[in-house]
Amino acid sequence: MTNLVEIRDLKVEAKTDSGRIVEIIRGVSFDVQEGEIVALIGESGSGKTTIALTLLGHTRAGCRISGGSVALAGQDMARLPERKRASVRGTQVSYVPQSAAAAFNPAQTIMEQVIEVTRIHDLMSADAARARATDLFKALSLPNPETIGDRYPHQVSGGQLQRLSAAMALIGDPKIVIFDEPTTALDVTTQIEVLRAFKSVMRKSRIAGVYVSHDLAVVAQIADRIVVLKGGELQEIGSTEQILNSPQHPYTKQLLGAFKQAARAASTASQEGRPLLEVQDLVAGYGPMQTDGTPLIKALRSVSLKVERGRNLGIIGESGCGKSTLARTIAGILPAVSGAITFDGKPLAPAAHARTREELRELQIVFQYADTALNPAKSISDILGRPLSFYHGMAGEKRARRVDELLDMVRLPRALKHRRPAELSGGQKQRVNFARALAAEPKLILCDEVTSALDTVVAAAVIDLLKELQRELSLSYIFISHDLSVVEAICDEVAVMYAGEKIEQLPPSAMGSGASHPYSKLLFSSVPKLDPTWLDSLKQDPELLSAFSGR
Amino acid sequence: MTTIETPAAKSRKPAYRTNLVGLVGMAIIAFWAIIALIAPWIIPYPVGEIVDLDYFGPISQQFWIGSDYLGRDMLSRILMGARYTVGISLVAVSISCFCGVVLGMIAAVSGGWLDTLLSRFLDAMNSIPSKLFGLVVVAAVGSSIPVLVLTLAIIYIPGAFRFARALAVNINTMDFITVARTRGEGTLYLITSEILPNIIGPVLADLGLRFVFIVLLLSGLSFLGLGVQPPYADWGALVRENIGGLPFGAPAVIFPSIAIATLTVSVNLLIDNLPQKIRDRSE
Repeated sequence: MTNLVEIRDLKVEAKTDSGRIVEIIRGVSFDVQEGEIVALIGESGSGKTTIALTLLGHTRAGCRISGGSVALAGQDMARLPERKRASVRGTQVSYVPQSAAAAFNPAQTIMEQVIEVTRIHDLMSADAARARATDLFKALSLPNPETIGDRYPHQVSGGQLQRLSAAMALIGDPKIVIFDEPTTALDVTTQIEVLRAFKSVMRKSRIAGVYVSHDLAVVAQIADRIVVLKGGELQEIGSTEQILNSPQHPYTKQLLGAFKQAARAASTASQEGRPLLEVQDLVAGYGPMQTDGTPLIKALRSVSLKVERGRNLGIIGESGCGKSTLARTIAGILPAVSGAITFDGKPLAPAAHARTREELRELQIVFQYADTALNPAKSISDILGRPLSFYHGMAGEKRARRVDELLDMVRLPRALKHRRPAELSGGQKQRVNFARALAAEPKLILCDEVTSALDTVVAAAVIDLLKELQRELSLSYIFISHDLSVVEAICDEVAVMYAGEKIEQLPPSAMGSGASHPYSKLLFSSVPKLDPTWLDSLKQDPELLSAFSGR
Repeated sequence: MTTIETPAAKSRKPAYRTNLVGLVGMAIIAFWAIIALIAPWIIPYPVGEIVDLDYFGPISQQFWIGSDYLGRDMLSRILMGARYTVGISLVAVSISCFCGVVLGMIAAVSGGWLDTLLSRFLDAMNSIPSKLFGLVVVAAVGSSIPVLVLTLAIIYIPGAFRFARALAVNINTMDFITVARTRGEGTLYLITSEILPNIIGPVLADLGLRFVFIVLLLSGLSFLGLGVQPPYADWGALVRENIGGLPFGAPAVIFPSIAIATLTVSVNLLIDNLPQKIRDRSE
């Protein structure tokens, strides 16, 4: 086999706003053989997308290829004049973006956009192109392949759109396709379908691929070889088998370690006494009230749950199932229409502003995006200090000492307190976000996807921190996530939500086999495993799939 | 992909450093502000006194920038005019921006009927032409400095309100506001501590622009004879008084115009070149 792509000592520079030049890719070399799928894996900022884009001869605004070569079928994409590059793009190399929804023009039908490549490069007649597109739709197992092209992008689901964007990439018969995190924005049950479609098409037509992802388990299903990147440097390169089973580089080991989280030891917390939080028949939603006294769009339809003192409840489900709404309703941000919330034996008012300060203090909420949850105009000590003076009346020396203690608790250096949020990394911000909730000395913390915006290794560290704090401070968490492995690592009980309803509650140990509701079964079986044969051996009931995923 | 700059490398306090253009703007404003303060002690002749036998006199050793249509010293009149133009505009802009920004933030944070009420009421006010409003008020209650200040302030409140509300609505949807609300914070804390620091940059830029508008409107009102009353005159009134000298190229009409231009342009220069630190706040 010959090498289709040869990247040698690639260097990419970026110019910062202050005019400084930073080298973001520092001498990376690897090959891609014909028909082979190579995955680029690493955390955000590791340079994986930048490298993938150089295969198109493209860099993002402000970046440029400053050294090395990117040879694609003998042509150096880094040095090719723009006009020549344009003729290569779409016919030899093509691109599948992360967000298909943003990549499609909402004003044109899908078919027009899919066959655009053939028109630009004058590859075939429009009729031939349409026939070829329909074949691709079939190969990608899209429903109604004959007519789906006549629809507009907003008329198909996210998973379908992602497959359609793959059809767009494949129609020009490229030698290599670049996938840039194509399944990251999808739900797990949808992700499987998309991955399967990609894999079968790529295998059948023997097209090479570069698959950019941060998720090792996804990559394990589709890639032949894996390139591990960190900080713009190549850490390790090897076959999928070798990387997963006998990683050599410490960073690869760390990545794998973060993936295989130890399940939480069975909690020894006392079960006696009343539950800390009890929610009964909670109904909440958005939009104007209808005549029957319910909102137009019901995000929660009668949810009941219980959280025992010192124990954690996980809530999982796909996007749109109402899990975040549940957290907001419990916190009183979105007042419940009906139903009862009982906290520590006392009933809570539906709206936050009607609750007493003490009630608010004992129930804290931590949001997903620390970027928007921390006021960018304030220093860390102000952010942490406010709940201290608000709830506990602390001031001056005493408050400063407590801020230091809080920073110690979340394992941040004390010197950080003079900084503003923009000067912290993502993981540090999430820790500050958490420390602010701790400052109130709550009994229950609602964690809404707190690790979803973080890299695997960082997220694992945050989860460890949460466990540790729970031991020290006897907290309870309600942990909302779409990531089952995270929930498994920290929760004593897991509630599965679907379309605004809690359909099942079970201990995490039963997540593999003990699920009784068909949707939970489907959800649990859809989580990718680190085993490269997992996708091929996975059997799912197609009826179940179509019933629950609305594809 | 984001390259993370090490925050430690940045100096801890980036200091309020302004570039050269901004400094020039600031210097001109400071110059006029000082003139406004010390004018009564430095004017060479009393403002209302006819000292030149000639009218529309040329620049001379005795009268540095000539004399006006009655033969009064222009230098004295411009220096004293700074008191009215700078003073009235500054007070008026402070009142209008303060009221507008506070109301705008309250409307954004409260939402609901209060927001609707404030927005519609101020929109209705916005629909009254500013010069017409000034005319009616001055015709009804007569022209005095407090009346002028209040009229100008009221005319520019709706604009400041709209501007601040639009910015505050964006900030209001951020999670840190939700966190503060669930903490139980009141409206006063929300607007002063959480929202204001994040909109202060654009609000200051808006304040500068509004100052310029007020200077121009005041000059316009004075030009129509509704502003500061004789024998005192602000710069706009000076232009009107001496407009007859324009065909002769008299300095008496040119210099007040230059004074208005320098003040308005320099305010814009300063606002456009505010220190990075203030502008950064409201990314």
